[in-house]
Amino acid sequence: MAEIQLKSLAHSYSDTPGGPEDYAIRQLDHVWHEGGAYALLGPSGCGKSTMLNIISGLVQPSEGDVLFDGKRVNELSPRDRNIAQVFQFPVVYDSMTVFDNLAFPLKNNNIPKSRIKARVQEIAEVLEIEDKLYKKAKNLTADEKQKVSMGRGLVREDVSAILFDEPLTVIDPQLKWKLRRKLKQIHEQFDITMVYVTHDQLEASTFADKIAVMYGGQIVQFGTPTELFEQPNHTFVGYFIGSPGMNLIEVERSAAGVRFRSTQVDLAPWQIELLTRLTSKNIKIGIRPEFIELSPTASDNTYQAEILDMEDLGTYKIVTVQLDQQEMKVRMNEEFEGAIGSRTHLSFPQQWLKLYVDEFLVQEQQ
Amino acid sequence: MSLTLENLSYGVDGVDYVRNANLTFQAGSFNVLLGRTLSGKTSMMRLMAGLDKPNEGRLIFNGQDVTGLSVQARNVSMIYQQFINYPGITVYENIASPLRLAKMAESEIDRRVKETAAMLQISPLLKRYPLALSGGQQQRTAMARALVKDATLVLFDEPLVNLDYKLREELRAELRDLFRERQCIAVYATTEANEALALGGTTTLLHEGGVIQNGPVMDVYRAPVNTLAAQLFSEPPMNMIRGRVTDTEVAFDEYSHHALTQELSKLTPGDYWFGVRPSHIALAPANDDDLEMSMEVALSEISGSETFIHIDNSHFEMVMQLMGVHQYHTGAPVKVYLPINKLFVFDSAEKLVHTPSRISGGTV
Repeated sequence: MAEIQLKSLAHSYSDTPGGPEDYAIRQLDHVWHEGGAYALLGPSGCGKSTMLNIISGLVQPSEGDVLFDGKRVNELSPRDRNIAQVFQFPVVYDSMTVFDNLAFPLKNNNIPKSRIKARVQEIAEVLEIEDKLYKKAKNLTADEKQKVSMGRGLVREDVSAILFDEPLTVIDPQLKWKLRRKLKQIHEQFDITMVYVTHDQLEASTFADKIAVMYGGQIVQFGTPTELFEQPNHTFVGYFIGSPGMNLIEVERSAAGVRFRSTQVDLAPWQIELLTRLTSKNIKIGIRPEFIELSPTASDNTYQAEILDMEDLGTYKIVTVQLDQQEMKVRMNEEFEGAIGSRTHLSFPQQWLKLYVDEFLVQEQQ
Repeated sequence: MSLTLENLSYGVDGVDYVRNANLTFQAGSFNVLLGRTLSGKTSMMRLMAGLDKPNEGRLIFNGQDVTGLSVQARNVSMIYQQFINYPGITVYENIASPLRLAKMAESEIDRRVKETAAMLQISPLLKRYPLALSGGQQQRTAMARALVKDATLVLFDEPLVNLDYKLREELRAELRDLFRERQCIAVYATTEANEALALGGTTTLLHEGGVIQNGPVMDVYRAPVNTLAAQLFSEPPMNMIRGRVTDTEVAFDEYSHHALTQELSKLTPGDYWFGVRPSHIALAPANDDDLEMSMEVALSEISGSETFIHIDNSHFEMVMQLMGVHQYHTGAPVKVYLPINKLFVFDSAEKLVHTPSRISGGTV
């Protein structure tokens, strides 16, 4: 088990990088604490696989340090770092039994036979594959094979961390949640540092206590699933988390807050105060579709808008409204009734109205 | 313009892939085939395209029997899971390729390629090569090639499966808008209930090669003909609870007793399956007669804006769906409430006998 620290890390696949666009990872500092369950979440091309390969030792970073428990490991191979990896496609020796697959990493480390047997048995029980121990791996289903892949990481008691790279890709949808549950139980039981790479917010949020969202080679937020949903730190997190993503509206400064076209949006006093201290003109307000309120009647803080479209998704409805030429998505429950083209009155509860300057959240100073 | 499948069956070496399918698709319609893997979606589309010949039955296009017609003789486009493009030629030439094959005039080719590229938002990429594009851009290119020739039948075989979910969300919305204005027949295969709901149009539920149900998407969703249809068209699947109705009460799994209130009073004594959608189970009662159950959390799955909680006790195993992020530890005790007025009821032969009346839409 180890704490993994990335210090002033940057990586370019080019030998002569020019600008920031040549970097897969741009200058970042990050700590994965010992025993944590983490996810690295982002779209394809965001740098998450590069980051994983740097932690495991498959890729040498072009700048910065990788520290395991404070010790620089940049030059160490994956094997010497004691990192176990589980990939998209199960890596098992088809011709060997499940037992031999699980025992393999231990046999290489000169561990006594009796100890190996006990440990393999223990891990097989945790993974609920003890009845398959003496079967050839090639006769297993995809999810059983993936459990064996995980088991090979778990058997080693000296393992520093287990890294998962989209491990559920080949698993049947109906079985995915069972494996997710297994992974969570394993983490609770073994207390090993685990980093799970995925582009799927469901997998990330279910597995991890904390999620690092990557975008453009940087970690734009490191937070709990609740924080990512309620307090997105960057417009990209607002967009990427949640379905549909956050409504983001370009605005400019005005007397009591901000405005777009002729629509005035009031902000909290502290938001106005912070806005006066910043000079950037790249200002946006953000509000999630779940938090916009629609009402058939007007009141003091409502804006009159038009319903442009309504998608019935069974358990809920996505209503597209237009306010002063600005389209927004609103998520309503399945009982919501409204006619396309009709008038509605919307409001932005202040608690959920976020302010972004240069794409980053303007946060209240504590 | 319409395409009709008449008693269509297809199999190889004694394995049936399509069993006696009867369906009609109209021009200007968007039709979703929803089913698990190996339910017959791809096989059915290959028959429609003319890539395979049925063992039995006929394909009727505009009243004409086209069963034996080859794929070349039909005006069909097909889009696959894998992004299939010609790597050696530019995006422009990829999109133009079916038109060149049809020996269309150069000016008309240029007009159509540019128009289709604009529609799919890939105009700035026309001079680039497919392998230099992201997955989403490659799939847009493949779609543009399929749409450029104005096919009368456009078949999509899980086209978004290899893209990340944000891109899927965007392309799905674009597709829906795109086909609103076209007069062709679009058929779209998917394994995901939520995708079928998002795409709208008509939905055909397939299972083991057979058609389970077919109709406008919301009609099928609100009144699934049997327990299988209910589970196929619900993600996570609809929860099913066994129950026995007597003159005075219903006993769920011979364990949890409930008076026959509201609509349940119409049920005649006997054994039933009661279905409840994950989104209808709540953490607080909404009505006096909600069924209270003490459960334990098996896993709480968070999708970003929603939470799916797998709950169980010695009798029941269910999934509930909540708005927002809710964190629960595995093993945490939880009290949940099932609304009696939102239960679907199926008889012992698993056929639908009652749909909840208080769910909006007013059609059931």
